Parts: sequence; C-alpha cells; structure tokens
Amino acid sequence: MSRFPISIQPFGEQAVLIEWPEKVEEAILYDILQFSQHLRTRCLDPDAWELVPAYNSLALVRRTDIPDFHKVKRELLSWYAEAEDSEIPERFLWKLPVCYDPKFGIDLDDVASRLGKSVWDVIQLHTRQAYTVYCIGFLPGFMYLGGLPSELEVPRKEVPRLKVVAGAVGLAGKQTGIYPQESPGGWNIIGNCPIPIFDSSKESPCFVRVGDKVQFYGISQKEHELHTIQAEVGISAVEKIPLNA
Amino acid sequence: MLKVRKAGFFTSIQDQGRFGFRDIGVPVSGAMDAYSASIANSLLENAEDMAVMELTMTGPTLEFGQATYLAISGADISPRMNDRPVRINEVHSVAKGDVLSFGKLVHGFRAYLAVKDGFGTEKVMGSRSFYRHITPIHTIRDQMEIPIATARHFEPKISSLSPEPFHKEHVLEVHRGPEFDALDDRQLEGLFANQFIIAKENDRMAYQLKESIPPHQISMLTSATLPGTVQYTPAGKLILLMKDGQTTGGYPRILQLTPTAICILAQKRPGDTVRFHLK
Repeated sequence: MSRFPISIQPFGEQAVLIEWPEKVEEAILYDILQFSQHLRTRCLDPDAWELVPAYNSLALVRRTDIPDFHKVKRELLSWYAEAEDSEIPERFLWKLPVCYDPKFGIDLDDVASRLGKSVWDVIQLHTRQAYTVYCIGFLPGFMYLGGLPSELEVPRKEVPRLKVVAGAVGLAGKQTGIYPQESPGGWNIIGNCPIPIFDSSKESPCFVRVGDKVQFYGISQKEHELHTIQAEVGISAVEKIPLNA
Repeated sequence: MLKVRKAGFFTSIQDQGRFGFRDIGVPVSGAMDAYSASIANSLLENAEDMAVMELTMTGPTLEFGQATYLAISGADISPRMNDRPVRINEVHSVAKGDVLSFGKLVHGFRAYLAVKDGFGTEKVMGSRSFYRHITPIHTIRDQMEIPIATARHFEPKISSLSPEPFHKEHVLEVHRGPEFDALDDRQLEGLFANQFIIAKENDRMAYQLKESIPPHQISMLTSATLPGTVQYTPAGKLILLMKDGQTTGGYPRILQLTPTAICILAQKRPGDTVRFHLK
C-alpha cells in the first residue's frame, strides 16, 4: 500500500503520533487500519503498546518512556512501506435497531420542523445509508460516524441537557451517533437504540471497531421493549454482515 | 475487610490504570499522582501495580476489620489513628478495630493510602481503577466493605521516606504537543509568559485554568489525546487532560505534560498557580 505521505512526530515521552493527509476518507481510514494491524501483529509488542486510530491519525501509546524516538520513527517508516502486502483487517456492517417514537425521539419533531421536513422523511434519511465508524472516543464506546446526508445537518442544542439516557441517538452538525452511557449531552435526540454498545462485563466490551459500518433501522416501541429485555439478560443479537468478502 | 464509616469528598480505588482499551474509548485511569502512589506502595514493599486508595481534599473514616500495615503519601490531610496523629510517608502497623480518619488539608490535594498487599476490589478490564460506567461504582460509599489481606509480621526494610516536595513546585514541564507549531507569537507569549490559576473546574478527567490565551481558528480532525495533553479551545481556554480524560478530542493539542508534571498538577487545588516550561 503506502500510497499516502505520512508524518511521524513524538507525542510526549510515551507516545508517537502518525498522521495521514487531513481528509475524511475511507481510503485513508482503511490504510491506517491496515498499517495498525500490521504493527500489532508483526512489529510491536501488543502488551507494551496501544494503538489508537481516528480519522487521519494513528497514535501509538507505550506503557513506559520511548527511549529513542528517531529509531522508532525509522522503523515505522520501513514498516509502513512493507505493510502494503499485509492483510486487510476484517470489517463488519452492524444493523442497529432504533425506536424513533416520540417517547425516545424527544427532539424529533423539533428537528423535522427546523429542517422543513416531515418526521417520516427524517427517519428515512437517517436509516437510508450505512455510516462509517471513523473513531471511537469521548466516552467508552462512543462512535464518531461519517456519512450523514447534508439534508440532516442541524446545529447542536444551544443548552446541553444535563442528562441524556443511554442508547439515545442524536444529530449534531455533520454527526450522528449513539450515547453509549447516560451522560450530559448537546445533541438533538431523535430516537433510542436498545442494543448496549458498550458493556465492561463482556469479554469484548465493545463489539463495534473503528472501520466498521453501522446502519440504523426503525423499530416499534414493542420491539424496543423486547430488545431491552434481551439486552438485560445478555442475549442481544445484532445482525452483522462481513464487508471484506 | 476495611469498613468505610464515612467516604469523604471523592475517594476511589486506583492502580496503575487500564491498558489496551483506548481504541474503544476507555480512559487509562489510575492514580492521578502516580509518584505518591508508588511511594506508599514501596514503603509497604507492595508490587507497583497494587491498588491504593486515592483521597481528594478530605479523607474518609475507615475501620480496619483485621491487622495490617499502612502507609500514606501525597497530600497531608492530617491523618489520625484512633485520634492520635500519624505521619505520612511512614509505615504504621494497624490492629483489628483501629479507626483511621483525616482532618485538615495541610498541603497538596490528593493523598494515597496503601495497605499491605493492596486493596482487593474487583478487577474490571484488567484494572481495579474506579471509573464511571466501567466499574460498578466510581467512588467508595459509606458503610461499604473493601477487601484487604491480614498482615501481622511485616518488617519493613525502610520505615519512612522523604519524597520530592512536589507540592511546593508550580512549574509544569511540557513538551510540544502535536499542534504546537500552529501557534503564533501572541499565543506562544500568552502560554509561556504568564502564570495560570487553577480554576474550580477540575476533577480526575481534566483541570481547567482560569486565564485564557488569545483565541484561535485552528481546525483539526478528532485525534488521540493522552493524560497530560493540553487542549486549546477556540475561545482560548486551556484544558489539561488528566488520568480519566477522554481518549480522543477535536481541540488542538498544543502541549504535553511530562509524567512528573501530571503528578505535580494532581496536587494542585483551585486557586493555586502554575506555569509552563518547555522542556
């Protein structure tokens, strides 16, 4: 691969930051993930280093000080050159249910009127396409999703709410996403996803990974209830479709 | 068991933190002042990854259900055992039924209480560090019981230590952050020519500073942040991320505190002053 010019700089004493061209593009993200997988499996001790991909960057965080940045930089450049032939990580499309009922979509009417659309149109536009997970951060399991139709761009709320419930699905600017836990938040809430995105008691606490895609589909209040009960007893089943095939 | 009679203002269990989950948004957590935590552990000859109790500003009241040894380091919150003062940075033996309490904050902001062989709370995702939404609780609670081991015949190799007086230090050594080069001369002057007062908005996630530097219009895509990353908001506010800080952010990362500077900052309280010094 190595189709992109990358820059490498120290990030304090225990981390290195690798940057790609500053664009939101799937090709860049996938290049980062391929390189990241190559580093994790072939080059770096996975117990000593953490790799944090996001949009156009990959941070390598070490548990202890990096003794020689220039040596690491030289190694990274040569590893990047050889990563071309390395495997492309497995990616999935996750189909996530969202109840857009006014009980959960507390700002949906307001969003629809601000956008000059019907509630039905907003739901159609929101569920029509799959979104790419460009980053997971801010809160455990919080996905930064790319690919929101420009017709759904609406400013964040002027006064943030002190409490947004877990699973709340929001719109803000060019972004849409799910609040994985109850937290304060300024996004416009249009629905609720009953599938827990993050669960610290699970072997794999977050089933979604950076590079995956997410597509929402509408469900009724009854179905939301059923999913919630399934989640409580730990038998949530989420439809996932491999993307590499 | 250790019984919590009173939990104190913000008391939590912390070890060296949670590694390997930043890519799903999980902060590293761990003791804010890792230096003081390690002093307390090393006095007891505990392994460096053993969990300690982090006390903030005021301490808890704790009743020991068994004999052990303890050491306290970091802030001096006037610790007392059964109403007799005990010194910090020293090993003390504890009998069953002894009660440890705290009084006035003399210096620093966070104290670390270690017991022989550490606190045995549940490990979640490889760490005992409390963090909201990861561990069942994020602070200790009144009346809860915390597992500790019994220790009777411990002969410490050293009975006291004199740690570096970090609480007297107000220079924070920093490295250039990833977006440092985007700063202009006025912004650089604002950053290095002045001292800053710690704002009241400070917790385990971040410290904010009262004074601003000139505003900016530097834009960037969301990218990784670390404990010690200094974020620069468009209005000119500085946010110093700490151990529970978010793993990614969209504000320019203009400085990166050294690990020691994080420990120094963790002992500052609202109203204290700090200044940055480029390493």
